[in-house]
Amino acid sequence: MEQVIMNQLSYPILSTVIFLPVLGAVLILLSRRSWEPSAKWIALGTSIATFFLSLPLFLNFDKSTHKMQFAERFSWIPEWNINYFLGVDGISVLFILLSTLTAILCVLISWESIKMKVKEFYISILLTTAFMIGVFCSLDFFLFYLFWEAMLIPMFLIIGVWGGPNRIYAAIKFFLYTLVGSVLMLVGIIVLYLYAGRTFDILELMTKNYPYTMQMWLFWAFFAAFAVKVPMWPVHTWLPDAHTEAPTAGSVILAAVLIKMGAYGFLRFSLPLFPEAAKAMTPVMLVLSVIGIIYGAVICLGQTDLKRLIAYSSVSHMGFVTLGIFALNSQGLEGGILQMLNHGIVTGALFLSVGIVYDRTHTRQIADYGGLASVMPVYAAFFMVFTLSAIGLPATNGFVGEFLILLGAFAANKLIGVLACTGIIIGAAYMLWLYQRVFFLEINNKIAGLPDMNVRETITLLPMLILVIWIGVYPNAFLSFMHASVQHLLDRVNSGGMQEASIAKTLMEVVR
Amino acid sequence: MVPLSWYMVLGAVVFAIGVFGFLSRKNIIIVFMSIELMLNAVNINLISMSHYIQDLRGQILAFFVIAVAAAEAAIGLAIVIALFRNKATAHVDEVKEMQG
Amino acid sequence: MKYYLLIPFLPLAAFMINILLGKEVLRDKAHWPSILAVVGSWLVTITSVLPQVMAGKIINEDLYTWIVSGTFNVSVGFLIDPLTAVMLVVVTTCASLIHIYAVGYMHGDTGYYRFFAYMSLFTFCMLMLVMGNNFLQLYFGWEGVGLCSYFLIGYYFDKKSAADAGKKAFIVNRFGDFGFGIGVFMIFLTFGTLHYTPVFGNVAGIAGQTVNFLGWNVDLPTLIALLLFCGAVGKSAQVPLHVWLPDAMEGPTPVSALIHAATMVTAGVFLVARCSPIFNLSEVAMNTVAIIGAITMFFAATIAITQNDIKRIIAYSTCSHLGYMFLACGVGAYGAGIFHLYTHAFFKALLFLAAGSVIHAVHTNDIREMGGLKKYLPITYAVFVIAGLSAGGFPGLSGFFSKDEIIWSAYASHSSVGKFVWVLAVAGAFFTPLYTFRLIFLTFHGKHRGAHHGEQGGHHGEHHIHESPKVMTIPLMLLAVGAVAAGWVGIPPILGGGAHFTEFLAPSVGHPEFHGTHAEELGVMALSTGIALFGLGLAAFLYLRKTDLPEKIAKTFSAVYNVLYNKYFIDELYNFTIVRPTVWIAKNVLVAVTDAKIIEGIVNGVPGAIGRFSGKLRRVQTGLAQHYGIMMAAGAVFIIALVLLLR
Repeated sequence: MEQVIMNQLSYPILSTVIFLPVLGAVLILLSRRSWEPSAKWIALGTSIATFFLSLPLFLNFDKSTHKMQFAERFSWIPEWNINYFLGVDGISVLFILLSTLTAILCVLISWESIKMKVKEFYISILLTTAFMIGVFCSLDFFLFYLFWEAMLIPMFLIIGVWGGPNRIYAAIKFFLYTLVGSVLMLVGIIVLYLYAGRTFDILELMTKNYPYTMQMWLFWAFFAAFAVKVPMWPVHTWLPDAHTEAPTAGSVILAAVLIKMGAYGFLRFSLPLFPEAAKAMTPVMLVLSVIGIIYGAVICLGQTDLKRLIAYSSVSHMGFVTLGIFALNSQGLEGGILQMLNHGIVTGALFLSVGIVYDRTHTRQIADYGGLASVMPVYAAFFMVFTLSAIGLPATNGFVGEFLILLGAFAANKLIGVLACTGIIIGAAYMLWLYQRVFFLEINNKIAGLPDMNVRETITLLPMLILVIWIGVYPNAFLSFMHASVQHLLDRVNSGGMQEASIAKTLMEVVR
Repeated sequence: MVPLSWYMVLGAVVFAIGVFGFLSRKNIIIVFMSIELMLNAVNINLISMSHYIQDLRGQILAFFVIAVAAAEAAIGLAIVIALFRNKATAHVDEVKEMQG
Repeated sequence: MKYYLLIPFLPLAAFMINILLGKEVLRDKAHWPSILAVVGSWLVTITSVLPQVMAGKIINEDLYTWIVSGTFNVSVGFLIDPLTAVMLVVVTTCASLIHIYAVGYMHGDTGYYRFFAYMSLFTFCMLMLVMGNNFLQLYFGWEGVGLCSYFLIGYYFDKKSAADAGKKAFIVNRFGDFGFGIGVFMIFLTFGTLHYTPVFGNVAGIAGQTVNFLGWNVDLPTLIALLLFCGAVGKSAQVPLHVWLPDAMEGPTPVSALIHAATMVTAGVFLVARCSPIFNLSEVAMNTVAIIGAITMFFAATIAITQNDIKRIIAYSTCSHLGYMFLACGVGAYGAGIFHLYTHAFFKALLFLAAGSVIHAVHTNDIREMGGLKKYLPITYAVFVIAGLSAGGFPGLSGFFSKDEIIWSAYASHSSVGKFVWVLAVAGAFFTPLYTFRLIFLTFHGKHRGAHHGEQGGHHGEHHIHESPKVMTIPLMLLAVGAVAAGWVGIPPILGGGAHFTEFLAPSVGHPEFHGTHAEELGVMALSTGIALFGLGLAAFLYLRKTDLPEKIAKTFSAVYNVLYNKYFIDELYNFTIVRPTVWIAKNVLVAVTDAKIIEGIVNGVPGAIGRFSGKLRRVQTGLAQHYGIMMAAGAVFIIALVLLLR
């Protein structure tokens, strides 16, 4: 049986969305330095073109199958059996779209705030985008690892060159933290390669069964890479520094896409490759997730820096994601995937929003704000919607994701579910308190007379706002992508679909 | 006919003198000369071996060594002069900028 | 035709129009979309939905599928049965009148469009709440109204107290919603669906089942009912989550009338009535509901006597009346509870709006600075008295019939809990007229005590006080009609009525079976009426005749007075046990110790250790070429020796 559906479109869509940004980067490189706006315009044009070329992924996606679609496969290094092998399924397709959308917004939000080394900045942004998309659609471990590591370099530069005062420390911390995890994963990949008879083909590797002890070792090796990226408690401390010091576009990429890769890794590799180990380790993962949720939320109450607060809230929100994934039922998994998307949208939007005021005030201290709702009412309205989504209010996307995750977690383990619910209370507390300190009360002199958002900034935030409401009101448009793939994943993990069936069975027994 | 072993012993002795000189002398010029000694000890070995096994490639290699030694001497002496101009000394002990 | 869809979606459309166009285009006409929408909803309710429901038709339709995941499937759908119909009437009627009133009250405010946008959004959410046909849509409306409440309490957001109050309301409600949410999860785990019809249809199957919850074996219906009740306690401001409601008075007065009296706060009662099939299965849950209701009712009434802020007094009165409603539900008389909800909406909205009219005239909330307003605000005074009499249960008015039915139900339920709550309910009947008329006498009778007017020279200042414009007084008069006559639909048989209201509701919430003789019923009625009149008389004695006596009493019993005046110190308790410790832990433990010292200590410590080790190791690199040479020679000798020896 053929495992994949080859690309049927008139152009190789996945290669196009990966390499178009690279092409844009080369063009910027070749452009004349004397006319600097050329870099911006090339970056904007490339990212918009990439986004539109990626749309068929959304429109032409076959939702009825779990198989990899839009696949492309060429032999690359035949001596080592390495292939250039791309494809997407219901788990990864949405993240490619999120990446291409984020790229546009990152270019737009940096339009005026980046004044130094402009060409290099947009080259970095475009390359990061290309590599991130590559990570999400690689089906060959070698190719995957290549993209996974390559992405660190432009990201490292974005933080280290265009960041805040403490950028060097943050950049190196980010780099080393993630590298240490990745190297362990590399060892794991090589072990798999040798064990499975010299193949890097992810789909082929997934069909094999590995001894339990080996699964256990490999699970932890991969865990090291993914947990750092997520970031799970207690390996989260790179995140606040990186987010805080990075320029706005860097924070947005980090929040919207980069940290999704960890959770994506759990879904794509840890669960299907090592199902028994994953199941055995579920309690540990659930406990770590809940600690992350509560810890991240409580620590937000003690923050005085806008970006740092949002960064810590990411720890809490990503705790929900891993909680959903390791609930190992369809509600939890689909909620987890949706929440990854939601978090990308909302936290990305929050960082964009912070960037908008930061460009005006050049301060991130919450105490320097106050009364902003009177000064910038439109901005305040946008920020309010994102705040509401972050605290999971119904009719926003945050609610659908969190609800499904909590439902799944509650079905898996009641205590875990109840504890995770407390994260929602604290979440409301810190976000509303933040909103009050920044937007309400009397107008702080430091921000009096600021202009409200201009057209460019409004356009930047508008797609996020639409997505927040769209997913909140009609989540099936997105959930329907996942059903087949998630079901397939669950079948693989449960090998016989035990858990899902048993839940349904107990339900019926209870009713009777 | 002088047996091969004599040449080998000569080469070893010259090499050992070179090593000793390289390790023990302070004056950088003498250290240099010691290096030349080592290279020439190698040349003796190469040529004698070449003759012994009747293969000209050894002698060709000796020419390479001589060429490299000449180049090395040229660059090395230039470095010594530059060093002497900067530090007014030719003692190897006093050159330790690369200390860790 | 699905005309009923207009009911929630008209206000939503008004919200969209106002939020997009209100600021730049509509400005001081921003009330038009909102008013037209809510009146439209009211018309649809009265002309289309209500007749259908009265004819016995129940609408239950799904609009579209909202969330699907695995076996989980929930729709956006609408259920209109008698219970929903009553709520629709209450919500749309009150909302229409209050919207119109607000045109006068909010006139000239800078955020005029914003106010009406939020009001429309609130109306939409409240209607979605009562019309939903599943628990998730209920939850949607539930959170939505909470959000609008947050917006509207914090409407004057540049005032710290208002911003704080909004935030407090939202977060305190989140505590209740925490339980509510878990209750929804339990319902899904138990029934495999969240739609009302299959859940309530299968509810008999879970009677007597136990379930392991966090290590305890508990009765399943009790667990679900109590978890749901957590949400109701938060939303309806019952003890111990009542603390947000008095603070919520920071919002504009129409908001207090609509959200914190007539509609949103009654959502908890609606929830309990809606889930009556589940509550009925658990005696423990029912008793909890009754006792919490009774305690809140009594407790809030005692606080109300000592307060001086005109709106806070009414807010505590709302808490107290909500307690009555829960008390009724707890003894199984859901119909009576909803009946009181219905009458209460009228007289309490009227009280608030009348209070708003007073505030509009004198620009203060403090009743110590009022007095003698009767002659300046005749219409306001008249409706205030009507509302007060209705709230106090004066015979013949709306409040009398509903309150009497509750008290009778409590008496006739013949359980020990029923008797206990009956005693409290009768005591509450004494307090209600006492604090209401204390308020009325202090506000409208006696001499004007307004300090700022006095400085301007006696009468000269008082002339500035004038009655509110017609756009405000007409809604007041219409509501006054409701406060008098709304209850006439539920006159009990013993007084010659037909108890139509509870009969109408019976398909939704069942029909309690109470036994009692006519003599008993009349006796109970006479007792509570007498006590209410006594309360009224006492208020008149204390605040009209012996006006210096209240102060003396307060001095004599200063300990009791202080406890009541400070609201039993509940706010302070929460502040010191929950709020401050959490923030303290966040700042001084997690930020300063766990993250900065422990985790960062490890993260920065490992590279540090490597750095120190390499610091030692680098001494090998002396920088002297000859040392390197020795190393090389020694290494070469070592390797050659090794090769020779191992050969």
